[in-house]
Amino acid sequence: MTLPLSFVFFVLLGLSVYFYYHAKSGIVRKAALLSDRTKALPSHYGQQSFLWAFIPSFLILLVLTIGGPNYIDQIFYNKIQELNPTFNESFVSLILAKVINVSNGKISTGEENIIMLAKDYKIAFEQLHFYRGLVVILCAALLGMIISYRQKPGSNAREQVEKFIVNIFFASAVIAIFTTVAIILSLFFEALRFFNLYNFFDFIFGLHWAPNVAIRTDQVAAEGSFGMIPVLLGTLLISFIAMCVAIPIGLFSAIYLAEFATPKIRDFVKPTLEILAGIPTVVYGYFAALTAAPFFREIGFSLGLDVSSESAIAAGAVMGIMIIPFISSLSDDVIRAVPQSLRDGSMGLGATKAETIYLVILPAAIPGLVGAVLLAVSRAIGETMIVVMAAGLSANLTVNPLESVTTVTVQIVSLLTGDTEFDDIKTLSAFGLGLALFFFTLLLNIFALSISRRLAERYD
Amino acid sequence: MTSKFRTKKVEVSYGDKKAIRDISLDIEKNIITALIGPSGCGKSTFLRCLNRMNDVIENCSIKGSIHLDEQDIYGPDIDPVELRARVGMVFQKANPFPKSIFDNIAYGPRIHGLASNDSELKDIVHNSLEKAGLMDEVKDRLNDQATGLSGGQQQRICIARAIAVSPEVILMDEPCSALDPIATAKIEELMSELCESYTIIIVTHSMQQAARVSKKTAFFHLGDLIEYNDTDKIFTQPENQKTQDYITGRFG
Repeated sequence: MTLPLSFVFFVLLGLSVYFYYHAKSGIVRKAALLSDRTKALPSHYGQQSFLWAFIPSFLILLVLTIGGPNYIDQIFYNKIQELNPTFNESFVSLILAKVINVSNGKISTGEENIIMLAKDYKIAFEQLHFYRGLVVILCAALLGMIISYRQKPGSNAREQVEKFIVNIFFASAVIAIFTTVAIILSLFFEALRFFNLYNFFDFIFGLHWAPNVAIRTDQVAAEGSFGMIPVLLGTLLISFIAMCVAIPIGLFSAIYLAEFATPKIRDFVKPTLEILAGIPTVVYGYFAALTAAPFFREIGFSLGLDVSSESAIAAGAVMGIMIIPFISSLSDDVIRAVPQSLRDGSMGLGATKAETIYLVILPAAIPGLVGAVLLAVSRAIGETMIVVMAAGLSANLTVNPLESVTTVTVQIVSLLTGDTEFDDIKTLSAFGLGLALFFFTLLLNIFALSISRRLAERYD
Repeated sequence: MTSKFRTKKVEVSYGDKKAIRDISLDIEKNIITALIGPSGCGKSTFLRCLNRMNDVIENCSIKGSIHLDEQDIYGPDIDPVELRARVGMVFQKANPFPKSIFDNIAYGPRIHGLASNDSELKDIVHNSLEKAGLMDEVKDRLNDQATGLSGGQQQRICIARAIAVSPEVILMDEPCSALDPIATAKIEELMSELCESYTIIIVTHSMQQAARVSKKTAFFHLGDLIEYNDTDKIFTQPENQKTQDYITGRFG
């Protein structure tokens, strides 16, 4: 008899749902017998039974499903090693892999020993699945029965159910924080390996970025140089151009939407702007490379300027267009959140609409506006696709928007893709860049928060 | 008696819904006039017509005529922004700007260019606070946030802010509804002082307040002006049965 995973899971779910209704109607009956009122709502007793029937058994199912096969593999590994004590580790693993494949029917073999082991392996798995199903279903039934039997109208089921829900929220918060910490740590330790190979100060103050080290170990090439300033400057230049485009247009369109547009226009414009936010960045990349870059090049020619075919200004301008909906949609919400009473107060004193916006509404909305801009800046700094397609890969140390530049994210991509060894200095330098970018955005966030705190005019 | 406002057959509707109809009344200069009536009777709507604050509300249309000193305030040569500087307004919920006390009072004078230099502006602010009876309480913290004051003080900041523009009329829309009795008493006292130099029109839900502070009272019901007379008369010998019912608490 086999009990596949999906079958066991649905039986478990069905049992839990059964115990929900069982406990719910049971508690009403018990209360009626005692002519008493239940302390919590009947559905709370149902939820309590559901949780007790479902959660422990589900955890057992999870552990057996993930850990069980590993355990069986370990047993067979030991068995093979006992039979052939002369084999080394990798050869034992090889035989084990063969056994597993034979038992799955993926390959066939004539070797008697292996066929025998494969049969045993298959039986072991069937046994695991059978006992897994049995244990899980019995556990659910038992716990569900016990808890439903023990529930009394006087016991407070609500407390336990709500405590459980709070714990779920808490667990989610912990998971979010721990993954963040884990990401930072992994970035940090990889970067540390890079700084063992390359001087830290040469990296953060170096003016020359040329990671052309040998791709294969037998190649002869110049020593690479990893000064991050040109790359960081490229990121800053492109982000700056993007913000020059996005902040005025985004902010002004938000003011128009929030203060002047009639509901009809608003209903049309706001969703349209939000569609703009949904366009994949690769598509913006086409637009930058095929339309914007030649456009800027032609304008440059007609003015007698030499514009490179991959220019910072094309990438930056398109990135700015990409960011507009973030700024305008968020700012619109922030401006509309300023209470109507402040508007009335200003208008009642004989202020014009423009004076009201400039002197009362925008100052009150500053913290939210800074938040919107900050979100947009982080998008700009992290953006890769548009830059790859429109600004090029050459790390020029320049602030001239007409030349081609490269950014931190683009360099990380080009360093980590392709056939590179993972302990190579070239590969590891990507983590150095990643760490630098992380600290840079962190500083930016702290800076912007302190500014908005200083400028904020708090209303209540 | 000279009248400050003269309204004739004023009718206001929001979309299809008529909020008030056929309101004709003369409001006298330099006294306090109270507008009373149950919720939704249109008294606030009428008040907001007097400085064209209804213009801000969409699909609000106004018929009839309102004259301020013999000038039609809905006439083509009237700028609502200038009108609102002449007819100030204090709202139900105290709404000081999230700025310093000084900047709150200086807001109106600044936008209307009433002061040519800093010391003149300072004088205006000090005078306004003095008139609003707030000077002693806030003189040491003019640069503190106005939103940090108590509810009653915030409302007097709003009155001082309105005075600073030197309006002719001050409209008050339930100015004491969120205040405790002590703060209310202070504001009522202030109103009595102010009515020597300003015409004050107040909307209130408190009949005691109307009886205490106002000289004339208008009673609104379901968008109609039911009765308009001397306050003493309204509260002692009302002519209309509805007025009688309302002031004795039989409905509303």
